[in-house]
Amino acid sequence: MLQDKDRIFTNIYGFHDWGLKGALARGQWDGTKGFIDNGRDWVIEQVKASGLRGRGGAGFPTGLKWSFMPKESDGRPSYLVINADESEPGTCKDREIMRHDPHHLIEGCLIAGFAMNANACYIYIRGEYIRERERLQAAIDQAYDANLIGKNNVHGWDYDIYLSHGAGAYICGEETALLESLEGKKGQPRLKPPFPANVGLYGCPTTVNNVESVAVVPEILRRGAGWFSALGKPNNTGTKLFCISGHVERPCTVEEEMGVPFRELIEKHCGGVRGGWDNLLAVIPGGSSVPCLTADMCTDLSMDFDSLKELRSGLGTAAVIVMDKSTDIIRAIARISYFYKHESCGQCTPCREGTGWMWRVLERMARGEAQKREIDMLFEVTKQVEGHTICALGDAAAWPVQGLIRNFRHVIEERIDQYSASPKDAPIMEAAE
Amino acid sequence: MSVRRLHSEQPDSFVFTQDNQAWAEGQISKFPEGREASAVIPLLWRAQEQHEGWLTEPAIRKVGEMLNMPYIRVLEVATFYTMFQLQPVGKKAHIQVCGTTPCMLRGSGDIKAVCQKRIAEHAHEISEDGNFSWEEVECLGACVNAPMVQIWKDTYEDLTVETFEAMLDAISDGNEITPGPQNGRHFSVPFGGRTSLDEASLEYGPEGAVPFAHLVDGAPVACEVDAGVSINGGPQPDAVSGKPKPKAAKPKPAKQAVAPKTDKATAQKTESASSPDSKTAKKPGKAAPAKSDAPVSEASKPAMLTEARGGSADDLKRIKGVGPKIEGILNGLGIFHFDQIAAWDQANKDWVDDHLSFKGRIDREEWIPQADALAKESKG
Repeated sequence: MLQDKDRIFTNIYGFHDWGLKGALARGQWDGTKGFIDNGRDWVIEQVKASGLRGRGGAGFPTGLKWSFMPKESDGRPSYLVINADESEPGTCKDREIMRHDPHHLIEGCLIAGFAMNANACYIYIRGEYIRERERLQAAIDQAYDANLIGKNNVHGWDYDIYLSHGAGAYICGEETALLESLEGKKGQPRLKPPFPANVGLYGCPTTVNNVESVAVVPEILRRGAGWFSALGKPNNTGTKLFCISGHVERPCTVEEEMGVPFRELIEKHCGGVRGGWDNLLAVIPGGSSVPCLTADMCTDLSMDFDSLKELRSGLGTAAVIVMDKSTDIIRAIARISYFYKHESCGQCTPCREGTGWMWRVLERMARGEAQKREIDMLFEVTKQVEGHTICALGDAAAWPVQGLIRNFRHVIEERIDQYSASPKDAPIMEAAE
Repeated sequence: MSVRRLHSEQPDSFVFTQDNQAWAEGQISKFPEGREASAVIPLLWRAQEQHEGWLTEPAIRKVGEMLNMPYIRVLEVATFYTMFQLQPVGKKAHIQVCGTTPCMLRGSGDIKAVCQKRIAEHAHEISEDGNFSWEEVECLGACVNAPMVQIWKDTYEDLTVETFEAMLDAISDGNEITPGPQNGRHFSVPFGGRTSLDEASLEYGPEGAVPFAHLVDGAPVACEVDAGVSINGGPQPDAVSGKPKPKAAKPKPAKQAVAPKTDKATAQKTESASSPDSKTAKKPGKAAPAKSDAPVSEASKPAMLTEARGGSADDLKRIKGVGPKIEGILNGLGIFHFDQIAAWDQANKDWVDDHLSFKGRIDREEWIPQADALAKESKG
């Protein structure tokens, strides 16, 4: 298991001062000028060598993403945009960084911005995080006051960090929707290409990174890429903040090594599954959009991108939602479907109509008022939504339903049998509206 | 997505207060020239905060004028983003109950039922006394502290039906409540104690702050209060800005009768239970560490030894929370055995606390019960 000395976020629990004084005591802002003096290519090489993969869900290599930015400006400025629109159900890791250890993020912004030739950074934080926003703004002000960022700062790279916010739209966590929202429009995703690295915020080259991805960079540079890549597993390196919610004895957020065994993660930090390991029914390992796993699949489960991909699920944001045997799994997934219905931006028809359709059918299935052939039909519809929309919200809405049908088909069938064994009134079929 | 329309009854006009106007201009200046529209969400949000917690049609027009945006573009934004309340909300509190799966698994349905019972049958309806309204919202991002609600700027986490009802009572009566977990838990630490970041040998810097109790009241108050440096936590006079931002940043609606404040620091010193004050006593188990910089008298010094009995000290590191560094300090003070720690009373704890760099640890990490158990173990 991970030792405290290898933990990056040493104040995620807020036992200590979140401010600059505390940050300095914990070793942040140390040697930052040296990294900048080493040059842009050195920074990108280090991040590539560390094997850091984006922490926002997709797991794209961060160093590679940075290298897509134009080396020379064609007259347009470059921007770094931080995606702090943390809204994936189950996920609450960036919140802890921003309210308890914000200087990790601010220092990371400076270094990342330098690496991609940007002099300005916008942090887009979700609207609901009001206290976190105030705290982060206070930390940014501290950094300005101490001349760590701003014009003519001590690091020799002019850099401005601006904080803006959303107002309750999950879709703004999608990078192009976020850019639209930052430009003052409805958060509706853009078609790609062009990719943000060419045409992003205000039509300028832009990279959008997750809070955690950027916040770990300063420590990687301080301790060396070798240190980071030695943690975890090949291609799944480093440490990760896990948020474990649902039916464990003691839900919590904790930083652990990538590839930590699932069972160790919840037994060590969360007091195990409520009612014991045998009471485990299902696990959603990476936030609401990834397919759920059965208890059997979790026995030797390793929590990293590649292992979970093999199980046709994903690490996502490492938001682990645990469900014990008291859970009505159909209802739990139906609630997720309701979430996607609520959050669909309405731009593409398959998603706008499909999310509501899937939710209504699942609600019926939760009551048992359905035909067994409809299970296959529902699966077929998820396949028609998946991959047929501008952004990944359609996929995200389809996957949990697919996971349910793949792994818990028998539960749906039993429910239907139960219902038809004692019919109340003739079922009213709802599907399309 | 759902259809959201403006309320049928609208006020005649909207103007930002002088402070908010200046603040809005500051927001606009964050964005490049010609890109003023980027400030639309922050401005609409401030307009909502200024106007009793809901967004009016004149406010939408006003923001459009300030940003040189066509009205329809601002209206689009106002109806797209669901945090903009397009109809009036409760005067004292608009309660947003998170109902998404992680909260649902831990009982948000019961919280919702309380809202239906005590406030109004349907979401967005205002209670009979006009003080409350509620709605179910999608994931608010505090999943490890489920179930939870957000009221104005603050979140109230780890709720049960009882603690939630007690909160509603307190808001209704004009009493203060403390944001954050309502079961005595410290932010997102596993309930009962940490499982990581426990080694006292690491350098962590000064002590952090915990949320303080304040009144929950309507949006104009919430809007005026920018708790700034002290947000979500107690005063931090030694923060970098150097400006003490003590409790002056708290909401101060004068109308509600606030129970007279005794000197909390002294009250806590004498109360062995160290519950912050009687008003928060409604929340069971909310043990806040005593906070006072006043020197603790030598009379409360616990019994000390000059050396370990029989020459062999107990391994104090077995107490969760005590690492080599703290063990060294304790040994230096003359504390070598579990039974010594187990015998401390409140005054002794305060005295030792004063000699540690991390105040409040003794209670937070429950040294006394731990030491008691270990002492019994070693005897048996």
